[in-house]
Amino acid sequence: MSPLAVVREGREKGLHVIAVCDHNSAENVAATRRAAENTGLAVIGGIEISSREEVHVLGLFRDGPALESAQEVVLENLVGENEPQTFGEQLVMNERDEVVRHNSRLLIGATELSLEDVVGTIHRLGGVAIAAHVDRPSFSVISQLGFIPPGVGFDGAEVCSEERPTLPEGLAVVRSSDAHRPGEIGSRHTLFLVERPTASEIGMALHRMEGRRVLT
Amino acid sequence: MTLNDLVKELGLEVRAGGSALETEVRGGYASDLLSDVIAHGQPGDLWVTLQRHQNIVAVASLKRLAGIVLVNGREPEADTLQKAGAEGVPLLVSALPTFELVGRLCGLGLSGIRT
Repeated sequence: MSPLAVVREGREKGLHVIAVCDHNSAENVAATRRAAENTGLAVIGGIEISSREEVHVLGLFRDGPALESAQEVVLENLVGENEPQTFGEQLVMNERDEVVRHNSRLLIGATELSLEDVVGTIHRLGGVAIAAHVDRPSFSVISQLGFIPPGVGFDGAEVCSEERPTLPEGLAVVRSSDAHRPGEIGSRHTLFLVERPTASEIGMALHRMEGRRVLT
Repeated sequence: MTLNDLVKELGLEVRAGGSALETEVRGGYASDLLSDVIAHGQPGDLWVTLQRHQNIVAVASLKRLAGIVLVNGREPEADTLQKAGAEGVPLLVSALPTFELVGRLCGLGLSGIRT
């Protein structure tokens, strides 16, 4: 999953926009965005944040400063060091797929933030909070808590299978690949009716605001 | 006591890592949050959990746990089985729920606290 491979795969699969949401990290977003320049593929910057209950939440952010602030909050609340032999190397790359550095934090771990704090942080930074892979038996809000607590305030829920689990009325459903390998990119997608391929527009579509909508 | 002793005493089923059943079990830890086990698991602990996904094997290797026992008759996912086999991590299954299984392990002399 290098910036060039991600962009190449996204274009080959005919995607207009991708959101790059690494576990507890936004460090590869800028390079991916630069790798996508002039290719017609838009890149939304995000982070898949793990709450202390090990619920994964996708945060999509509108700009660099918001994304950086989110990254800071995550790192301030993330415990543990990576063990590359067990969990693999955590590489930060540039837009030429050159390794810039290794991230030594335990990105596969959980932050000490509660689910409410994770969603609250994303919203405070003007981002979009989507419950990740809610139909998976691990690391999803439903697998970890059994249900979506009322009042958490998700903007949407990501579903990975063809079936739709029972979700609160009115909660928008999106499908995405959750790709962990380039070949998985584009395996699932969502069609949005929006003015521009940005996090803000997607947020509006999830809430059916001003004509923006989720089409599929 | 060894994993083999526990397998026999409690009727545990062995799904992987069968060649490592003579491993000495030094204690036990029960948790379903991987971050919790990463923080508190000790080498030689038997990990009692309902999590079936392959990340449990990575955690067991990382913390040098004696092995993993899944509760409520839950079977490991295919990826988990494969990874446990490849890494030689003992993977056991019990039909009992966590509370009962832990109680019986304590009854056999296992402790969750290292002195």
